[in-house]
Amino acid sequence: MSTLESTNVVPAARPSLFEQCVTTVDHKVLGILYLLASGLFFLAAGLEAALMRWQLMQPHAGKLDPDTFNELFTMHGTTMVFFVGMPVLVGFGNYLVPLMIGARDMAFPRLNALGFWLFFFGGLLTYYSFFAGGAPDIGWFGYAPLTAYAFSRDTSTDYWILGLLVSGIGTVAAGINFVTTIVTMRAPGMTLGKLPLFVWMMLVDAVLIIVAFPPLTAAQIMLLLDRSLGAHFFDTQEGGSALLWQHLFWFFGHPEVYILVLPAFGMISEIVPVFSRKVIFGYESVAAATVGIGFISLGVWAHHMFAVGMSSTLDAIFAGATFLIAVPTGIKVFNWVATLYGGKLRLDSPMLFSLGFLSMFLLGGLTGIMLATVPIDWQVTDTYFVVAHFHYVLFGGTIFAVMAGLYYWFPKMSGRLLDERLARWNFWLLLAGFNLTFGPMHFAGLLGMPRRIYTYAEGNGWEVWNQLSTLGVIVQGAAFLVLFVNIGRSLRSGKPAGDDPWDAWTLEWATASPPAPYNFEVVPEVRSRRPLWDLKHPDDPDWRYE
Amino acid sequence: MNAATATTAASTSHAELGPSARGKVAMVCFLTTEAAFFSTLIVSYLFYYRNPGPGPTAAEVLDFKLPAIGTVCLVTSSLTIALAARAASRGQRDGVTRWLLVTVTLAIGFLIVTGIEWKGLIYDHHVTITTNLFGSTYFTLIGFHAGHVTMGAMTMLVVIELIRRGTLGPAGFGSVELVGWYWHFVDGVWIVLLFVVYFLALK
Repeated sequence: MSTLESTNVVPAARPSLFEQCVTTVDHKVLGILYLLASGLFFLAAGLEAALMRWQLMQPHAGKLDPDTFNELFTMHGTTMVFFVGMPVLVGFGNYLVPLMIGARDMAFPRLNALGFWLFFFGGLLTYYSFFAGGAPDIGWFGYAPLTAYAFSRDTSTDYWILGLLVSGIGTVAAGINFVTTIVTMRAPGMTLGKLPLFVWMMLVDAVLIIVAFPPLTAAQIMLLLDRSLGAHFFDTQEGGSALLWQHLFWFFGHPEVYILVLPAFGMISEIVPVFSRKVIFGYESVAAATVGIGFISLGVWAHHMFAVGMSSTLDAIFAGATFLIAVPTGIKVFNWVATLYGGKLRLDSPMLFSLGFLSMFLLGGLTGIMLATVPIDWQVTDTYFVVAHFHYVLFGGTIFAVMAGLYYWFPKMSGRLLDERLARWNFWLLLAGFNLTFGPMHFAGLLGMPRRIYTYAEGNGWEVWNQLSTLGVIVQGAAFLVLFVNIGRSLRSGKPAGDDPWDAWTLEWATASPPAPYNFEVVPEVRSRRPLWDLKHPDDPDWRYE
Repeated sequence: MNAATATTAASTSHAELGPSARGKVAMVCFLTTEAAFFSTLIVSYLFYYRNPGPGPTAAEVLDFKLPAIGTVCLVTSSLTIALAARAASRGQRDGVTRWLLVTVTLAIGFLIVTGIEWKGLIYDHHVTITTNLFGSTYFTLIGFHAGHVTMGAMTMLVVIELIRRGTLGPAGFGSVELVGWYWHFVDGVWIVLLFVVYFLALK
């Protein structure tokens, strides 16, 4: 981008910005394209959520009909999981992993581009269903037999299957690319024990993608065969099993939660030390906990199915495994807090959002332990309590961390700083709006309000909680408006950032902002976990102590 | 690597003809996704094995003779592709082409056997993917395996053509070993299917 202007290319031969974006194989441009595309889908999903809250604000609202409401919650969930959460994290990974390990690009740049376009067009294909007779209305989990031809005769379910298949293949391609890049392309001296924690978590994340996505692909192909060729896998009228779909879907769907949150953990593990001016507390235990989470997450899927009527032995096993996953997760939270303890804290925007992440994710984790307790789950399953729980985990976890990451790495990507005053407005509005939206859902859920209902009768005591929730959506909308204004103003007239605006320690800050297409002129030899600290402090380098 | 250095590499050291670390890691990852994919299909096959619904069961319609011939084809082809990879590691262009062609022929043999088996099932026993859950699970599982055999054979044909055109010189011969890994994997899946689908159905 800016470097192109300084080269001697004849202007007529220079490809337009559009052509550059379409033809690029540079991991940095692809990373930004991922972020932009997921931002676009985020707007769509946010709009869908707002419409649902508009309908639920009063009993008997009648603003949306039930079919539209089904389409909205299906598309909101599908979009947030597949077209926002994962691509935004893959985007950060794409941008940062090669820079952090001192590589010139990903291992397979063209496969990388293919992965992005498969995700993007998979998303567009899913959204095209709106113009082709109706959007999917089966929930993001696509439970059988709702997806069977008997209950879903139009093409909407086929769009859901095909869109997710296409983008899923793109995600798997990205996963293979990440593992290969991290295993084979690290700078000289960067052993696995010196890998930045974000890269560690992207590695475990990519392995989870590789193991968990193909079962979803297989299940979706079976469903497609059911719908198109008359097979009976999930056709309950011909002996097919709704339970098999749930097992296969959640065998993907549960690790997916960790696919969505591990890179977020990685971002926090990079940001908290820099803004505490301390090395991370217990690097080894953070990395080991990541691997532990990766393993355990593959064995807990049936905790989504306590209410389905499995044997109590199975319930107990999966409840136990779910409690177990709290251990490595807790280790991480303690490590972050211990890093903060005694640090010289700088409360810049990335740190603010990291602290927001820590507190909100903690709340989501605690309700997670409640839900892992089978009797409590039986009581509140499929109520708004569950909706509140997973929004505290996925929004309070992933989205808050992504916001922290955005404020932290935006100067690297654009070469310009974001305005701190607007950033603070953004943070406090988002924190307030988030809690106002999802906090009351705990109470609505405990009072028995089921999820996925399009309307309700007055007198159950749900009205006030729903009104608060809807109010919260408006505050959140304002928060994101502030963010977009901030980004727009910064791109136009923001303060130049310089190579290393936060005085950070990992390799991506050792090169220009934005980096040249080849990333590094000279790749520094890595001798510790904080290579840039070593360069800045030759008198007192880390490798003396590690 | 340009042509000059490639020739030097070929003449000085055979070790450099092996697949690159990147290729190896990526192929291991890819095969892991494939293993997860087939595991899901196999689990689904077994899930419905006892209760396939009204209509023929595996034990009633599956025959062991044809898959036995198919197994011979595939096991032999694992050997011939190993010979192709050995020729590649020695930089022998003609040897690679010859052993890959033999492997493709064996793959085609396997596909013909599968075709005969399917014809018998469809026309004599009237089992299709819509008949019952046995039909659905069987054709999906065996069909995806046959699809992988087809893809492997097509990949080998592409490699043969690239060698013929000279696009894939000795420096790129490492890829033959990776194609071999894929092929061994496809053969390995078949051995599992032999037990899960055909041995289970033995009366």
